[in-house]
Parts: sequence; C-alpha cells; structure tokens
Amino acid sequence: MSENEIVNPNETPILKNVIKGAFGSSTQSGDTSGFGGLVTTISQTPSAQRPYGNYFDQIADALARALKEENLSFEQVVERVIIHADQLTFMVKKEHLLKVAQILRDDADLRFEMCMGVTGVHWPKEKDRELHAIYPFVSITHNRRVLVEVVTPDTNPHIPSITSIYPSNNWHERETYDFFGIIFDGHPALTRIEMPDDWVGHPQRKDYPLGGIPVEYKGAVIPAPDNRRNYHG
Amino acid sequence: MSTDIFSGSYETTQGRVYTLSGGDWDSVLGAQTGERERIVVNMGPQHPSTHGVLRLILELDGETVTEARCGIGYLHTGIEKNMEFRNWVQGTTYVTRMDYLSPLFNETAYCLAVEKLLGITNDIPDRANTIRVLMMELNRVSSHLVALATGGMELGALTAMTNGFRDRELILDIFEMITGLRMNMAYIRPGGVALDLPNGVEKKIEETIKLLRKRLKDNYNLLVDNSVWTARTKGIGVLDLTGCMALGMTGPVLRATGLPWDLRKNQPYCGYENYEFNVITENTSDTYGRFLVRVREMNESLNIVEQALYKLKPGPVMVEDKSIAWPAQLALGSDGLGNSLDHIRKIMGQSMESLIHHFKLVTEGFKVPVGQAYVAIESPRGELGAFAVSDGGTKPYRVHFRDPSFNNLQAVGPMGEGGQVADIVAAVASIDPVMGGVDR
Repeated sequence: MSENEIVNPNETPILKNVIKGAFGSSTQSGDTSGFGGLVTTISQTPSAQRPYGNYFDQIADALARALKEENLSFEQVVERVIIHADQLTFMVKKEHLLKVAQILRDDADLRFEMCMGVTGVHWPKEKDRELHAIYPFVSITHNRRVLVEVVTPDTNPHIPSITSIYPSNNWHERETYDFFGIIFDGHPALTRIEMPDDWVGHPQRKDYPLGGIPVEYKGAVIPAPDNRRNYHG
Repeated sequence: MSTDIFSGSYETTQGRVYTLSGGDWDSVLGAQTGERERIVVNMGPQHPSTHGVLRLILELDGETVTEARCGIGYLHTGIEKNMEFRNWVQGTTYVTRMDYLSPLFNETAYCLAVEKLLGITNDIPDRANTIRVLMMELNRVSSHLVALATGGMELGALTAMTNGFRDRELILDIFEMITGLRMNMAYIRPGGVALDLPNGVEKKIEETIKLLRKRLKDNYNLLVDNSVWTARTKGIGVLDLTGCMALGMTGPVLRATGLPWDLRKNQPYCGYENYEFNVITENTSDTYGRFLVRVREMNESLNIVEQALYKLKPGPVMVEDKSIAWPAQLALGSDGLGNSLDHIRKIMGQSMESLIHHFKLVTEGFKVPVGQAYVAIESPRGELGAFAVSDGGTKPYRVHFRDPSFNNLQAVGPMGEGGQVADIVAAVASIDPVMGGVDR
C-alpha cells in the first residue's frame, strides 16, 4: 500500500463483493467453529490524491487539458483515478471511452500508440457495475503505461468498441464478448472466438460453473474443484 | 459426379455453393462454372504447415489469396477459468502450459503480477532474479530454435528443422537438470524459484553455450544466403511499422521494421537493466527480416546467459517472508522433482509447528491483498502481459494473459492477402504463433 491510497472522505466506497463464512465453514455441514458468521467485504480501491508521483501526474494533466479542448471536464469523464501496484488506472465513464481512446492515441503529450487489448472481470455483487473491462495502453514515444477501466451493468452490457481507433482490439473484444457477454457496439464482427459458435453462456462469468465430477481415490472421494473447501476470509 | 458423401452442392442467394473435399475439378463441377467463381479453401486446423491447430480460411483467385481469415479456439482449455479454483502457487502449473514453447516466460509474468499485488517486488533475492533471467534467456533460445525449425520445415528446409530440434534438445537437457522437467516445469514461483541450481550445472551451461554458438553459426550459414530460402522469405509477409502499431504487434515482427522496442531494455524487470545486450533490429519488415532478428537475438541471449552465470552469487532463492515462501525443500529424485526426504522427516518426526505451517501453506495457500495488476514482459513472441485480480483470498479472482501470439495472428490477413497460398505459410511461420498461448 502506498501513501496514495488514502481514503477520500468525500467518496462513497463502492462495495465489490461480500463473502460469508471462512475456512469453508458455511459449505460444510454443521458449523461448530463460528467461522460461518464471519463476513468479509471487498470495496473498490479508493481514488488517489494528488500528487500521484512518477509520470502519472503528467498523463492526468495532459488528458485533462485535451478533454478541456473538447469542452469536457476531467471529472465528467474520469470517474476515479486509481494508483495501485505502481500503476495508474483511469476509471472512465463508458459514454466517453471513445473520446478518451482517441485522445490517448493522438495527443502529442500522451501518444499511447498501442492498446494491448481488453479483458473483463465479473463482480456479480457490485450492483449495476457488475462487468468491468480493462484496457492496458502503452506509449512507445514516452515509454509509459496506463490502464483504462470501464464499468457496465449486467442488465445493459454494452460498451463502445474502440476497434475504429485501435484495430488491434478486434480479437480482444471478441474474446471479452465470448467470455463475459460484454457487447462492444460498433465492432465489425462481434462473434465468438474461443468457444464454438453455438455455445450457450459466457464461461468466465462468475455465475458460470466450472464443472467437473467428484473423483474417488483409495476409498476417499475428492469433490470437483468448484465444490472444494474455500479458505477465503 | 462425385460419390463422396461429404461433398454436395446447394443453392444460395449468392449462387450455387459446392462443398468439396478433393477430386478432379472438371469431373466435380462439370461445365457449370459460372461467371463469378469464388473458391474458399479451408486450410487446417489439422495441417502440417499451419503451425499447430490453426485454421486458415482462404479465398482464392487462382493461386492468389484475396482474403485470409483465421479460425482459432481449437486448443482452448479454459486455463484462466481453472485458475480461479486453485491457489496462487498452483497457478504457476497452469500458466506454464499456455504458451508451451516459452513456459518460463509465462511463469515469470504471472509471478511478477502476483508479487506486485503482494508488494514484494523489491524483496525478491538477487540470486532468484539472476536464475530467472538465466532460465528465460535459455528458454528464448530454445523457443527461437523451434520457430526456425518449424518455419524451415513449413517452407521445405528440412535440415533447418532437424538442426533446430537437435539444438533445442541441448537446452531442454539443462532445464531437465535444473527443474526435473523439460517443459511445463512450474519452476518460477511467487517469491522466487522452486529450488536452487544443482551442482555442476554452471559447467554444463558453459559447455552448451560453446556448442550452441558453433551450431547457431552453422544454421545461420545454412540459410542466410540460401537462394531457395531467400526466394521464399524476402519481400514476403510484409507488415510495416504503421501496420505493426495499428495491430499491436510486438516482438521480432515489430523489431524487423527497425523499431528497437524491447521491454527488457525499455521497461526492465528481474534486473535486466544490469545486463549488457543489444536490441536487434532489421529494416526489411518481411519474413526474412524476422528470421534474421531471431537468429541474431539468440546470440544476444547467450551473452546474457553468460553474464548471468558470472553474476550468480550464493544466497537464498526465495523471499524471506515465511508466510509466502513454500516450506518444502524440493529435491530431485530418480523419479523427478519431489519433496525432500529430510524435510518430510523433520515435519513428521520433529516439529509439529513446521508440520502445521507446511499443511496450512500447501492446502490453503497464502492470501493476496485486494487489487489488480497488469505486468508485461518480453517473451520470444512479443509483449506477454499477465493481468491478475485478487479479492483478498488464497485463490486468484481472475487471471488473464495477453498472449502475443493471440494478438499477432490478427496480422495474417494484412501480411498474406494479395500474395500466393504458399506465402501465407511463410507469413504465419514468421509470426511464430503458439496455439497453446493463443487459445489458452
């Protein structure tokens, strides 16, 4: 944890997950340990405070300036700025994703020439923010990296496609659609890429089971991996 | 007409479509050739020159490819999903099976991401980092050798193949000596490496480097001015710098356009900033340039291995933190790598606390703080990114690999369209996709 990760008092924390019980006590029969009563909550990493340090301030300043030229304020577009594990993440509102991508690529102070794809994370308990899409960008000119994160609800899983700006994202967006069901509007051919075309469901979502069968070994039965004891908490 | 039950024809809005699996053209089609004749050829996924289970869908006009599309997913094994149900250390045994020609790179990328989340990046002992670099650079040579070997075979240079696989075996022997396994070794672990180098391996590596230098030179001489090889590769599969940028191409394909972009130099990790080596570039942007980049890169890798051997100082190979470091001392037995008998004797016979500690760490695993990290390293094929998300538990909440082969395969169309069918084979070989990494 760096000192940047101070909770902003004006910011309402976003609850990402709630886990009940620990050491698998809630899944086993007869909880005599009391661990079944434990509740763990996971919240979104809080916003970072200025100065961000490293080259992060320069990126944020350049983005704010470029947005201003488009008559948009930084706060309107970027929901949160997160600095975690030595990297900068902009949580961008999805309606402004295309604009941000265009600026990241074209602005002389930013010049993120390459987008290294996109991938998703599913947080089923984060209400109306269930699906996250994360885009890593790399600038060869300035030798910098930045992550952009976009959130969309499960009930409306639409995010604009950035393939018109970064053609390399074509397959990555297809993969994220295939695995998470996020629909990238404007993608030239959003079809499944890893799973067969007639597959039902999106396997990387948390509500999609792993599958598997219990296996017997020397008289003992080992349950399928998703039914084994979970040590969270 | 053909009596093949898999063949037939049917009427569509675009005209009559024939499905054929072979046979004499005239006897199949007869005199029914229309004015708009399009031939779509399905090449693969089982085809000796598609570099694994890659399916190419080619639209042809005579011998010329007018449109090339890839079909992938034939090797999708759900590794990323499976990892969500195993602990963080067990993850290394999964990621190592993604891009199976560069297992040590997958492990390193994954471990660097986990270490970022744990906040222990700077606590990794020097010796562990040096061993990681040593292993990765040997792996880069073995991976490039396979690229040249299979690429050579696909273009008909069978000697390049036998030589490449023969020389790769020398490196796999070293891997076997160090880790007990030739491939998929799960040797690099969060916090360091699984076990220290065995006695006598330095000498073996030195001898191997000496032999490899000679053989790499022979291999280079075999192909570099070979008129058949140059005719098949020069000016073939061209993708210039602009194209590479737009398609997110990295690795030898990008460096063959003249841009010296190498994460080992530009964004060093594992102490690469302490090694002297050159970033190899060519400016032909074609298959031949990529071949030269790979060949010359192997020599640079051997230089790095020599420097790493020189830098090896005695010391620990795992972080000091006992809540992360794997408690079991591994030992190489006659049947491969396993728990050290000394360690078993101690935890079973002498120390109850050690037994509890071992049991907890092996069955539960360690907890990783909430957060997400994207770490990129320079694999033999380009930027290999590991994206790891933790919800604070002992298992990954989500792991994603940005595999360079997956991304780079998107360039098959731009590289091959307008060329001949045989050139598509050369272009695919120059991308060097590994389908295990593409499909994961």
